[in-house]
Amino acid sequence: MPQGAYLRLLLFFLGPAVLVYSLFSIYPLLATIINSLYSRQNDGAYLWEGLGNFRTLLLDPTWSVPFWNALRNNFIFFLIHMCVQNPIGLLLAALLSLPRLRFRATYRTLIFMPTMLSVVVIGFVWQLILSPLWGIARMFLNFFGLGFLFAPWLGVESSALITVSLISVWQFVGIPMILIYTALLAIPDELIDAATVDGLNQFQAFVWVKLPLIWPTIGLVSILTFVNNFNAFDLIYAMKGALAGPNFSTDIMGTLFYRTFFGNQLQLGNPSMGSAIATMMLIVILTGVMVYLFLVQRRIQRYSF
Amino acid sequence: MRKPLSAFAVHAILGLYTLLALFPIVLVVMNSFKAKRAIFNTPLRPPTPSNFDPIGYARVFDDSALPFYYLNSITVTAGAIFFTLLFGAMAAWALTEYKFRFNTLLALFLSIGIMVPIRLGSVAIIQLVAELNLINTLTALILVYTAQNLPLAIFILSEFIAQIPKDLREAARCDGLTEYNIFFHIILPLIRPAMATVAVFTMIPVWNDLWFPLLLAPAGGKQTITLGVQQFLGQYITDWNAVLAALSAAIVPVLLLYVIFSRQLIRGLTSGAVK
Repeated sequence: MPQGAYLRLLLFFLGPAVLVYSLFSIYPLLATIINSLYSRQNDGAYLWEGLGNFRTLLLDPTWSVPFWNALRNNFIFFLIHMCVQNPIGLLLAALLSLPRLRFRATYRTLIFMPTMLSVVVIGFVWQLILSPLWGIARMFLNFFGLGFLFAPWLGVESSALITVSLISVWQFVGIPMILIYTALLAIPDELIDAATVDGLNQFQAFVWVKLPLIWPTIGLVSILTFVNNFNAFDLIYAMKGALAGPNFSTDIMGTLFYRTFFGNQLQLGNPSMGSAIATMMLIVILTGVMVYLFLVQRRIQRYSF
Repeated sequence: MRKPLSAFAVHAILGLYTLLALFPIVLVVMNSFKAKRAIFNTPLRPPTPSNFDPIGYARVFDDSALPFYYLNSITVTAGAIFFTLLFGAMAAWALTEYKFRFNTLLALFLSIGIMVPIRLGSVAIIQLVAELNLINTLTALILVYTAQNLPLAIFILSEFIAQIPKDLREAARCDGLTEYNIFFHIILPLIRPAMATVAVFTMIPVWNDLWFPLLLAPAGGKQTITLGVQQFLGQYITDWNAVLAALSAAIVPVLLLYVIFSRQLIRGLTSGAVK
């Protein structure tokens, strides 16, 4: 093929994807990082700040208190997903992949259902259920004789973040379940048969044969959870608004970023500081991905069948 | 599963979890058809002829542009899926088939977006969209979602294209087909299953997203259904009939589609899962 025709061919096939992706994904990411190095003056001009915005964000109490608060909340949000969502997902996947299980497809379909719905809808539905006005949650606790435990969890500083996290866990448990379930199905039956012949029961076969084989998938699920959690916004915004109340107790990086960039009742919008927060989120997420790629993934033994 | 007791335990756990997953959804849809008094007095009972009252739905469909918001969501989702699949398949084909200089580098460049969320570039995306005069348009959303979904699409489709036997393409070349014809008439039909997987991965997050509609098209009748419902709920927060009806109106169409296509969807998710 002549050189020109070959080039035209490459341009035709690669051009549209590279153009859209560069313009709406890579360029904005780079521009945000560059933005974070400037500050906007009252006359609209931009002034070079170097790392000044970051110094303000990390050290000036007006900025650093909300920032560290949001970062800490975000880590709690992530830890609750790791400790509740992923183990439940693993358990459900293990049960679903048992041989000769009846109603397998029905269970799988129904448990995955909440994952399909919009976070906005889920947030509101749970707000209604937990609302003291409607009293559904209280009714349930009363039924088990635990009525005294009821509190407006979403409105109390000490429990709001945990409640919101658990609602998110409830919605997204389907994702680890499906990913781990797929990995479990890929394990050849002969391996399990051999383990059974050797005298292992179902539970032992799971712990000693299947679990080691699905570590790569569990690693993948963990890093996906990390990236998604540090990128979260919708649920908190839908349930608690941009101010992430009560008293910022549910504030995470996404809501802090939104509030800083757009402004709110308490402050004017600030694109430069918003960019600085977005850049910090990028650094947190990239650090997590690097730790996963270089420390976790390399140590995981892989098997192919 | 030979012991009946352990089979019982397995079904008990799965059954209980299924109830937990369904209960909130059923509760909301059920109560959306009831009169206000019944919503509060007997929330756990299904509607009866005596307390049936569709007033909430009347309010939702009178007072808001919800039907238009559905149309907006359908347009945005369909547009994003179409361009993600077309541009993604074209790029995946070029990257796997042609060994040009910088091939690996370009593949690496295109895969950055798998791990780095595009949301972090929002500040610059808004500025860009404003400069292009695309604020409050569906075009802006389609472009952003296409950019967001292309990396994973290219990754999945490349793996799939690489598995197509080389003889097939060589035979087509011997028959004198142009490279363009090989792609559109031989490769595209072959990778349909993988494209279905990508469509699923694209569809759910795009349909449910709140962030970009809120930033790029928050008004002017260009709201998506997710944002529209969010704004409607904020307005009618004290009107329980209207709130329950709006939530149900957002839930039911998605669930109907899900139940109809769940077999294909789960198959797509499980076959395309990144290993």
